Amino acid sequence: MLVEILFYIFATLLVAGALGVITARNPVYSVLFLVFSFVNSAAIWLLVEAEFLAIVLVLVYVGAVMVLFLFVVMMLDINLAEIRQGFTRFAWLGWITALALIAEITAVIWRNGLGGLDVGRGFVSEPANYSNTLELGRVLYTHYAYPFELAAVLLVVAIVAAIALTLRRRPGLKVQDISHQVAVRAEDRLRVVKVAAEKRS
Amino acid sequence: MHTQITHLLALWGSLPQLVRTVVWILVITIGVILCVAFLTLWERKVIGWMQLRRGPNRVRIFGMLPGLGQPFADVFKLLTKEVVVPSAANKFLFRIAPALALIPAIAAWAVIPLSPQLVVSQANAGLLYLLALSSMGVYGIILAGWSANSKYALLGAMRSAAQMVAYEIAMGFALVGVLMAAGSMNLGQIVQHQEGGFLAWNWFWLFPLFVVYLIAGVAETNRAPFDVAEGESEIVAGFHVEYSGIAFALFFLAEYANMILISTLTAVFFFGGWLSPFAGYPGIGHTFLGDPSFFWLGLKVFVFLFLFLWFRATFPRYRYDQIMRLGWKALIPVTLVWIGVEMIMAAIHIGPWARPWFH
Repeated sequence: MLVEILFYIFATLLVAGALGVITARNPVYSVLFLVFSFVNSAAIWLLVEAEFLAIVLVLVYVGAVMVLFLFVVMMLDINLAEIRQGFTRFAWLGWITALALIAEITAVIWRNGLGGLDVGRGFVSEPANYSNTLELGRVLYTHYAYPFELAAVLLVVAIVAAIALTLRRRPGLKVQDISHQVAVRAEDRLRVVKVAAEKRS
Repeated sequence: MHTQITHLLALWGSLPQLVRTVVWILVITIGVILCVAFLTLWERKVIGWMQLRRGPNRVRIFGMLPGLGQPFADVFKLLTKEVVVPSAANKFLFRIAPALALIPAIAAWAVIPLSPQLVVSQANAGLLYLLALSSMGVYGIILAGWSANSKYALLGAMRSAAQMVAYEIAMGFALVGVLMAAGSMNLGQIVQHQEGGFLAWNWFWLFPLFVVYLIAGVAETNRAPFDVAEGESEIVAGFHVEYSGIAFALFFLAEYANMILISTLTAVFFFGGWLSPFAGYPGIGHTFLGDPSFFWLGLKVFVFLFLFLWFRATFPRYRYDQIMRLGWKALIPVTLVWIGVEMIMAAIHIGPWARPWFH
């Protein structure tokens, strides 16, 4: 009973947050609504005992990705009037995309028959010592080891590409070489000169 | 007297689980807040002694111990001051940001084992939960800096957020090493798997990771020498420059609660949590000194907190680009190399990997 009540609370908040993302006028508010939606969907995942997914959602999306989003949005000088130009002109494109997306999701669920889930049976909870993380790790590192490694390689390639894109060398640019600065010793910079005392004339 | 205690214990046991959990949450929260209060006093005293001053020595409680009443005097002063909200600030976010900074610092205590019996939640993914919560603490800072509509606050928030995101990675990798050595993400089991005296604790086999974790912890809490987020001479006070009264006090509370949290986690992950350093040694290990208890954890936390204060009193502040270099180019490679070393240690079964749980 408690779980059902919590589910409806979180689901309502999730939908409200998602609506907030697309209706908020201020882009910073949009990002914050998205964060709010992520936290609520993590809570819903916790309710179905998918604690690994829930925590990773918060860790990766809320803790890292959205922080960077917020960063960028706060630093940008966005002209809202310019962005809203042509909203009605392109609205039909947005509607078509949204409807196509909904149709695709429905088709996948329809075809797979909810992945063999018997919806009428309700949710069956696992025993107390069942560890979601352990089970996921066991499958990922045995059955799906190669796809998993492939995904990792793909991510590394993406990281290298992103770094390579931001690296640019400009000739004549004066920058500090920190390792050089840190390695410096007093003898390199300072010379103690011994000056002989002179007689008062 | 004895029967009364048994009665009380029976009464406690008969309460529903929910009530008992709520009571424990309250006890731990109030305990953390009291610890923060006395930590501020202890910090000022310690730094005073290091600088040949006496520190706070006026406010007394019941006429004893000069300075002991200082934290309470500070709290009452801050509570009675006006909370000024800048007229151009984003009012809602400005008010909610201090709470967002404080909530993760206190919520994290849910999974921390204080003694062999005492833990609010024995979550299996406790370590992940901690990582997730510590990554959420940055929102309070960013939102405080942005909503105040002040250049200094925004600059401080940007610095602090970049620093926290950078050091979180090193911290996470250090914890991957702990995870490998413990074979579990449950904090209670991580402590239990370190059983066997001072040299059996994780710090011995994971020493580089311990150092990385401690440094990243200092950076994560925005403490000196990594406190560029509030570099006084550059950006006044950083992200909380516009806050006054109790709203400022909440940020203060969050920073110190985070310090206590990081110290506790260092003790749990690398120094055996509530285990005794003498356990397993002949002679002294069989006396009461060899028993695991809350007091061992408290002692370890106290030592790490003292390190935080010591750092602040002795180290000059890092330059911002040097902080970034240390985080990305020194700490992360160290953790990566040591995870490789751990793989070798696990393959030849030495250290923590010689223990029965590994087989």
